[in-house]
Amino acid sequence: MRDDVVRYMDRSRKYYEAHGYINAYRWAHYETVPIATLSKPLKDCVITLVTTAMPDSSFSGEKDRFHIGDMSVTPDSFYTKERFWDKDATHTDDVSSFFPIEQLRRLSEEGRIGGLSSRYYCVPTEYSQRCTIEHDAPAVLQSCIEDKVDAALLIPL
Amino acid sequence: MGSAKDIVEFCGVARYLFTDFPLGNPCGRPYDLETQEGIINAAMDLLESATAPMTTVQTPYVWDETSEWKDNYMKVDDSNRALLLELGRQRMAAQATVKKR
Repeated sequence: MRDDVVRYMDRSRKYYEAHGYINAYRWAHYETVPIATLSKPLKDCVITLVTTAMPDSSFSGEKDRFHIGDMSVTPDSFYTKERFWDKDATHTDDVSSFFPIEQLRRLSEEGRIGGLSSRYYCVPTEYSQRCTIEHDAPAVLQSCIEDKVDAALLIPL
Repeated sequence: MGSAKDIVEFCGVARYLFTDFPLGNPCGRPYDLETQEGIINAAMDLLESATAPMTTVQTPYVWDETSEWKDNYMKVDDSNRALLLELGRQRMAAQATVKKR
Protein backbone atom coordinates (compact mmCIF):
# COMPACT_ATOMS: atom_id res chain seq x y z
CA MET A 1 0.00 0.00 0.00
CA ARG A 2 1.27 3.46 -0.89
CA ASP A 3 0.17 6.77 0.53
CA ASP A 4 1.50 8.92 -2.32
CA VAL A 5 -1.26 10.82 -4.11
CA VAL A 6 -1.59 10.86 -7.91
CA ARG A 7 -0.59 14.26 -9.29
CA TYR A 8 -3.29 14.53 -11.91
CA MET A 9 -2.29 17.98 -13.16
CA ASP A 10 1.25 16.84 -13.98
CA ARG A 11 -0.01 13.52 -15.29
CA SER A 12 -2.52 15.06 -17.71
CA ARG A 13 -0.03 17.72 -18.86
CA LYS A 14 2.47 15.03 -19.86
CA TYR A 15 -0.26 12.88 -21.36
CA TYR A 16 -1.46 15.61 -23.71
CA GLU A 17 2.09 16.68 -24.53
CA ALA A 18 2.62 13.09 -25.68
CA HIS A 19 -0.38 13.56 -28.01
CA GLY A 20 1.34 16.58 -29.53
CA TYR A 21 -0.71 19.28 -27.86
CA ILE A 22 1.43 22.31 -27.08
CA ASN A 23 -0.83 24.51 -24.98
CA ALA A 24 -1.34 23.05 -21.51
CA TYR A 25 -4.76 23.32 -19.87
CA ARG A 26 -5.00 26.16 -17.37
CA TRP A 27 -6.70 24.86 -14.26
CA ALA A 28 -9.02 27.09 -12.27
CA HIS A 29 -7.19 28.60 -9.31
CA TYR A 30 -8.28 30.83 -6.45
CA GLU A 31 -5.97 32.25 -3.79
CA THR A 32 -8.81 32.80 -1.38
CA VAL A 33 -12.07 30.92 -1.00
CA PRO A 34 -15.14 31.81 1.10
CA ILE A 35 -16.86 29.47 3.51
CA ALA A 36 -20.39 29.63 4.91
CA THR A 37 -20.94 27.52 8.00
CA LEU A 38 -24.32 25.93 8.60
CA SER A 39 -26.86 28.37 9.96
CA LYS A 40 -28.94 25.61 11.57
CA PRO A 41 -28.41 22.06 12.82
CA LEU A 42 -27.63 19.49 10.13
CA LYS A 43 -30.78 17.57 11.06
CA ASP A 44 -32.81 20.54 9.76
CA CYS A 45 -30.74 21.15 6.60
CA VAL A 46 -31.84 20.54 3.02
CA ILE A 47 -29.02 19.03 0.95
CA THR A 48 -28.54 18.95 -2.83
CA LEU A 49 -26.11 17.25 -5.20
CA VAL A 50 -24.03 18.58 -8.09
CA THR A 51 -22.38 16.01 -10.37
CA THR A 52 -20.33 16.17 -13.58
CA ALA A 53 -22.27 13.28 -15.19
CA MET A 54 -25.90 13.18 -16.31
CA PRO A 55 -28.54 10.41 -16.23
CA ASP A 56 -28.66 8.20 -19.31
CA SER A 57 -32.43 8.74 -19.32
CA SER A 58 -31.89 12.47 -19.93
CA PHE A 59 -29.02 12.12 -22.40
CA SER A 60 -30.02 13.06 -25.95
CA GLY A 61 -27.37 10.91 -27.60
CA GLU A 62 -25.21 13.82 -28.67
CA LYS A 63 -23.28 15.95 -26.20
CA ASP A 64 -24.04 15.88 -22.50
CA ARG A 65 -25.10 19.24 -21.18
CA PHE A 66 -26.20 21.22 -18.16
CA HIS A 67 -29.21 19.48 -16.70
CA ILE A 68 -31.50 19.82 -13.69
CA GLY A 69 -32.85 16.50 -12.39
CA ASP A 70 -35.75 15.38 -10.22
CA MET A 71 -34.36 14.24 -6.85
CA SER A 72 -37.40 12.05 -6.15
CA VAL A 73 -36.20 9.63 -8.84
CA THR A 74 -32.92 7.75 -8.49
CA PRO A 75 -31.40 7.37 -11.98
CA ASP A 76 -30.59 3.79 -12.93
CA SER A 77 -27.41 4.85 -14.71
CA PHE A 78 -25.42 7.89 -15.77
CA TYR A 79 -23.72 8.83 -19.02
CA THR A 80 -20.09 8.96 -17.95
CA LYS A 81 -18.27 7.92 -21.11
CA GLU A 82 -16.89 11.36 -21.92
CA ARG A 83 -15.77 12.17 -18.39
CA PHE A 84 -12.20 11.50 -17.29
CA TRP A 85 -12.18 8.65 -14.82
CA ASP A 86 -10.07 5.56 -14.50
CA LYS A 87 -11.69 3.23 -17.01
CA ASP A 88 -9.02 0.57 -16.43
CA ALA A 89 -9.22 0.38 -12.64
CA THR A 90 -12.95 0.71 -12.02
CA HIS A 91 -16.42 1.36 -13.49
CA THR A 92 -19.42 3.62 -12.91
CA ASP A 93 -22.16 0.98 -13.03
CA ASP A 94 -23.11 1.61 -9.40
CA VAL A 95 -24.67 5.08 -9.25
CA SER A 96 -24.07 5.26 -5.50
CA SER A 97 -20.31 5.17 -6.05
CA PHE A 98 -20.35 8.74 -7.40
CA PHE A 99 -23.87 10.11 -6.87
CA PRO A 100 -24.91 9.51 -3.23
CA ILE A 101 -28.64 10.05 -3.57
CA GLU A 102 -29.51 6.76 -1.85
CA GLN A 103 -27.04 7.42 0.97
CA LEU A 104 -28.60 10.85 1.56
CA ARG A 105 -32.06 9.34 1.48
CA ARG A 106 -31.03 6.96 4.27
CA LEU A 107 -29.51 9.85 6.28
CA SER A 108 -32.81 11.69 5.90
CA GLU A 109 -34.76 8.66 7.14
CA GLU A 110 -32.38 8.37 10.09
CA GLY A 111 -32.90 12.05 10.87
CA ARG A 112 -29.26 13.04 10.42
CA ILE A 113 -30.18 15.56 7.69
CA GLY A 114 -33.41 17.49 7.22
CA GLY A 115 -33.97 16.14 3.72
CA LEU A 116 -32.99 16.23 0.08
CA SER A 117 -33.80 19.16 -2.18
CA SER A 118 -36.35 18.62 -4.92
CA ARG A 119 -33.73 19.01 -7.66
CA TYR A 120 -30.13 18.01 -8.36
CA TYR A 121 -27.68 19.38 -10.91
CA CYS A 122 -25.59 17.91 -13.70
CA VAL A 123 -22.75 20.14 -14.80
CA PRO A 124 -20.67 18.19 -17.33
CA THR A 125 -17.05 19.20 -17.46
CA GLU A 126 -16.68 22.21 -19.74
CA TYR A 127 -13.33 23.35 -20.98
CA SER A 128 -14.75 26.85 -20.80
CA GLN A 129 -14.36 28.21 -17.28
CA ARG A 130 -16.28 31.22 -18.52
CA CYS A 131 -19.32 29.03 -19.24
CA THR A 132 -19.08 27.51 -15.77
CA ILE A 133 -18.72 30.87 -14.06
CA GLU A 134 -21.20 32.90 -16.11
CA HIS A 135 -23.90 30.32 -16.87
CA ASP A 136 -23.82 27.04 -14.97
CA ALA A 137 -22.87 28.23 -11.48
CA PRO A 138 -25.39 31.11 -11.37
CA ALA A 139 -28.12 28.75 -12.62
CA VAL A 140 -27.36 26.24 -9.87
CA LEU A 141 -27.25 28.99 -7.26
CA GLN A 142 -30.56 30.51 -8.32
CA SER A 143 -32.24 27.13 -8.27
CA CYS A 144 -30.78 26.33 -4.83
CA ILE A 145 -32.13 29.61 -3.48
CA GLU A 146 -35.58 28.82 -4.88
CA ASP A 147 -35.47 25.35 -3.29
CA LYS A 148 -34.21 26.72 0.06
CA VAL A 149 -31.12 24.50 -0.09
CA ASP A 150 -28.79 24.75 2.92
CA ALA A 151 -25.81 22.83 1.55
CA ALA A 152 -24.65 21.44 -1.79
CA LEU A 153 -22.32 18.49 -2.24
CA LEU A 154 -20.16 19.02 -5.34
CA ILE A 155 -18.93 15.65 -6.56
CA PRO A 156 -16.87 15.53 -9.76
CA LEU A 157 -16.33 12.08 -11.20
CA MET B 1 -16.09 15.10 -2.37
CA GLY B 2 -13.55 13.77 -4.82
CA SER B 3 -10.39 11.88 -5.62
CA ALA B 4 -8.28 14.34 -7.65
CA LYS B 5 -6.71 16.00 -4.62
CA ASP B 6 -4.22 18.21 -6.42
CA ILE B 7 -6.85 19.63 -8.79
CA VAL B 8 -9.45 20.38 -6.12
CA GLU B 9 -6.93 21.96 -3.76
CA PHE B 10 -5.36 24.01 -6.58
CA CYS B 11 -8.82 25.36 -7.43
CA GLY B 12 -9.74 25.91 -3.80
CA VAL B 13 -13.03 24.92 -2.17
CA ALA B 14 -14.64 25.57 1.20
CA ARG B 15 -14.48 21.95 2.39
CA TYR B 16 -13.00 18.94 0.68
CA LEU B 17 -13.50 15.28 1.55
CA PHE B 18 -10.73 13.36 -0.18
CA THR B 19 -10.89 9.62 -0.84
CA ASP B 20 -7.76 8.14 -2.42
CA PHE B 21 -9.54 6.00 -4.99
CA PRO B 22 -9.18 5.85 -8.79
CA LEU B 23 -11.20 8.60 -10.47
CA GLY B 24 -14.83 7.56 -10.88
CA ASN B 25 -15.88 6.42 -7.41
CA PRO B 26 -15.46 9.38 -5.04
CA CYS B 27 -18.43 8.19 -2.94
CA GLY B 28 -17.19 4.66 -2.40
CA ARG B 29 -16.23 1.44 -4.07
CA PRO B 30 -19.04 0.13 -6.36
CA TYR B 31 -21.61 -1.95 -4.47
CA ASP B 32 -19.68 -1.55 -1.20
CA LEU B 33 -22.40 -0.16 1.07
CA GLU B 34 -20.16 -0.01 4.14
CA THR B 35 -17.59 2.21 2.44
CA GLN B 36 -20.29 4.34 0.83
CA GLU B 37 -21.99 4.91 4.18
CA GLY B 38 -18.65 5.73 5.80
CA ILE B 39 -17.84 8.33 3.14
CA ILE B 40 -21.20 10.13 3.20
CA ASN B 41 -21.09 10.26 7.00
CA ALA B 42 -17.57 11.67 6.85
CA ALA B 43 -18.88 14.30 4.42
CA MET B 44 -21.63 15.25 6.86
CA ASP B 45 -19.10 15.42 9.72
CA LEU B 46 -16.97 17.79 7.66
CA LEU B 47 -19.99 19.90 6.71
CA GLU B 48 -20.80 20.34 10.39
CA SER B 49 -17.29 20.83 11.73
CA ALA B 50 -15.28 22.92 9.26
CA THR B 51 -14.94 26.58 10.20
CA ALA B 52 -12.13 27.66 7.87
CA PRO B 53 -12.10 27.51 4.04
CA MET B 54 -9.88 25.03 2.19
CA THR B 55 -10.31 22.43 4.91
CA THR B 56 -9.34 18.99 3.59
CA VAL B 57 -10.18 15.72 5.35
CA GLN B 58 -9.07 12.33 4.00
CA THR B 59 -11.20 9.22 4.50
CA PRO B 60 -9.35 6.10 5.72
CA TYR B 61 -10.27 3.86 2.80
CA VAL B 62 -7.69 2.15 0.59
CA TRP B 63 -8.51 0.95 -2.94
CA ASP B 64 -6.18 -2.06 -2.92
CA GLU B 65 -2.88 -3.20 -1.51
CA THR B 66 -0.90 -2.87 -4.74
CA SER B 67 -1.82 0.73 -5.69
CA GLU B 68 -0.89 -0.17 -9.27
CA TRP B 69 -3.70 2.04 -10.54
CA LYS B 70 -1.70 5.04 -9.37
CA ASP B 71 1.01 4.27 -11.93
CA ASN B 72 -1.24 3.20 -14.77
CA TYR B 73 -3.62 6.16 -15.14
CA MET B 74 -2.62 8.36 -18.11
CA LYS B 75 0.69 6.57 -18.24
CA VAL B 76 3.21 7.71 -20.85
CA ASP B 77 6.26 5.56 -21.49
CA ASP B 78 8.14 3.96 -24.37
CA SER B 79 5.45 1.31 -24.74
CA ASN B 80 2.75 3.80 -25.82
CA ARG B 81 4.55 7.01 -26.83
CA ALA B 82 4.26 6.40 -30.59
CA LEU B 83 0.61 5.37 -30.28
CA LEU B 84 -0.33 8.47 -28.28
CA LEU B 85 1.37 10.74 -30.79
CA GLU B 86 -0.50 9.08 -33.64
CA LEU B 87 -3.81 9.38 -31.77
CA GLY B 88 -3.07 13.06 -31.20
CA ARG B 89 -2.36 13.57 -34.92
CA GLN B 90 -5.62 11.87 -35.87
CA ARG B 91 -7.61 13.92 -33.36
CA MET B 92 -6.09 17.22 -34.46
CA ALA B 93 -6.79 16.35 -38.10
CA ALA B 94 -10.42 15.58 -37.24
CA GLN B 95 -10.74 18.86 -35.31
CA ALA B 96 -9.25 20.80 -38.25
CA THR B 97 -11.82 19.19 -40.57
CA VAL B 98 -14.67 20.24 -38.29
CA LYS B 99 -13.39 23.84 -38.16
CA LYS B 100 -13.24 24.07 -41.98
CA ARG B 101 -16.92 23.20 -42.30
